[in-house]
Amino acid sequence: MEKFIKIISKAIPLAIENVDTDQIIPARFLKATDKKGFGDNVFRDWRFDKNGNTNLEFSLNNDLYSGSILIAGDNFGCGSSREHAAWALVGYGFKVIVSSFFADIFKGNALNNGLLPLQVSPSFLAVLMKTVKEKPETKIEVDLENQTISLSDINVSETFEIDAYKKTCMINGYDDIDYLLSKKEMIEAFESLRN
Amino acid sequence: MSKTLFDKIWDQHVVDTIKEGPQVLYIDKHLIHEVTSPQAFNELKERSIPIFRPNQIVATADHNTPTINQHLPIKDKLSKNQLEQLSKNCFDNNITLYELGHKYNGIVHVMAPELGITQPGLTMVCGDSHTSTHGAFGAIAFGIGTSQVAQVFASQCLLLKKPKSLRVTVNGKLKKGVLPKDVILYIISKLGTNSGTGYFCEYAGNVFEDMSMEGRMTVCNMSIEMGARGGMIAPDETTFNYIKDRQFAPKGTDFDKKVSYWKTLPSDIDAVFDQEYIFDADDIGPMVTYGTNPGMGIKITETIPKENNSSFKKSLEYMNFEAGSSLIDQRINYVFIGSCTNSRIEDFRVAANFIKGKQKADNVTAWLVPGSKQVETQIIEEGLKEIFENAGFELRQPGCSACLAMNDDKIPKGEYCVSTSNRNFEGRQGQGSRTILASPLVAAATAVEGKIIDITKHLN
Repeated sequence: MEKFIKIISKAIPLAIENVDTDQIIPARFLKATDKKGFGDNVFRDWRFDKNGNTNLEFSLNNDLYSGSILIAGDNFGCGSSREHAAWALVGYGFKVIVSSFFADIFKGNALNNGLLPLQVSPSFLAVLMKTVKEKPETKIEVDLENQTISLSDINVSETFEIDAYKKTCMINGYDDIDYLLSKKEMIEAFESLRN
Repeated sequence: MSKTLFDKIWDQHVVDTIKEGPQVLYIDKHLIHEVTSPQAFNELKERSIPIFRPNQIVATADHNTPTINQHLPIKDKLSKNQLEQLSKNCFDNNITLYELGHKYNGIVHVMAPELGITQPGLTMVCGDSHTSTHGAFGAIAFGIGTSQVAQVFASQCLLLKKPKSLRVTVNGKLKKGVLPKDVILYIISKLGTNSGTGYFCEYAGNVFEDMSMEGRMTVCNMSIEMGARGGMIAPDETTFNYIKDRQFAPKGTDFDKKVSYWKTLPSDIDAVFDQEYIFDADDIGPMVTYGTNPGMGIKITETIPKENNSSFKKSLEYMNFEAGSSLIDQRINYVFIGSCTNSRIEDFRVAANFIKGKQKADNVTAWLVPGSKQVETQIIEEGLKEIFENAGFELRQPGCSACLAMNDDKIPKGEYCVSTSNRNFEGRQGQGSRTILASPLVAAATAVEGKIIDITKHLN
């Protein structure tokens, strides 16, 4: 997993609530047996119509917006447990998703892939969304070490929560398998005690 | 200290606790399928990590399988490859697999309970959000991502923070024509799609106590649609009777010993929940959804609410419905009875009971997809197949099918489908398809009438 410490980037607004994982990556693209290529089909049915024509109204297709931060509406990532959604967002180039609320399984999947699900207050999200829409060139700084997200242009910032263990993993690029394997003896002892 | 059903099982499975961090939770049973497992197998292979406890894993092929001509080679190359990968991975790692055509093959959340794999007091996971289904037996069961599938492969454990506890109580007597599906759609319509996030939900009250295991599975199945990682119902005589004598259930004195343990699991009377909701069975009616998330549901006799926000409007625009209107008399061309929510024998009995002696409307394509080979066999043995075929319904072979439309079972663009599945997201049943979630009874009635009817007026 790639390390995540701090990023400064422009952002893409996605002012839709309850974005489910079927929208992030439709089921018909889940037939692959590796993690590659999902980025090409992220938000497929919002980015393109059935004939493959680009939907210019959709923010990811709008040349005004770019960057590795996605600003999304409330309850992002609800629905299916498919980790393909996290792979698709990472594959497209996102490093941070900002929302006022994340669904549980998506949140875990994102963290396991070095993608930061950054939860902010609804009022901060509103400011962020408005600012990015009006001034797409706005730079946003996400500092994981200090757990802050800031817009230096307008002097606004907010701190965010992250599990201390997961923060260490993100900063160092560790994953849970490494940790669990280090506990193998303890797991075996637990098993023999139960039998 | 008083404990909830959830606390009791969770606490018995904690291997270790990281200071100010998650806990190491031991997993008893790991269910896998073709879509969310290949990358996890690859991960372990690349890192030369062996599968730690292959005998605690059971595999099935369900998401990406055809529902006709299962005996023929699969035409879609990618699907074929994915299924072959599953077979190879299971063979290489000594994992039990019920592949396509096997007499135990079926949707993972239908197959495992009917084989007696699902039991009270267990921790169970699967790379599928509807793993919450198994909570109907008083087990801790939840969906996981593929990274976590790899973690369980490697260590039979997961790193998790203990979720908060939520209890939804429904007391009273359900009205005629109100099915378990209506109960859960009603609850989600009242609480919304994220009210359960961060919680594990216990369903309590005599409505759930009176339900069959099939009904309890339908309820727990949709817990994730209100955001809860899992749902559970206290095990009781209904649970024990269901498990007894099934293929992998404990036998003889072992079974009796297990039952005495299972009886210790229900929440203590004075156990405290972080959040509680109470509903009255009398207020629940047959439900339908009108929007693009499962929380957007109304009683069939109600009208679509009026809300002034852009996501709500976008949703109605997609569905081509108007705020304030009723769904009764809405013409419907597709009906799907199936999915891990409603593809058990009881669901087909309800449908057959309504359909018997009637005919499917000419405009409707009606697919009936059993949840497993065993359900399929039962449908034939009980004479339901004849009823369905005489009425013009198409009985297909088991699988997830049109619930997520990964295979060829897709609803065409712009068409409405009254579906017994669990999600009405945009394009869920095919690009541009419009899903209306309902019970098997409402679905059957829609297929007969060719439109949505007020089912409460059509019951004897």
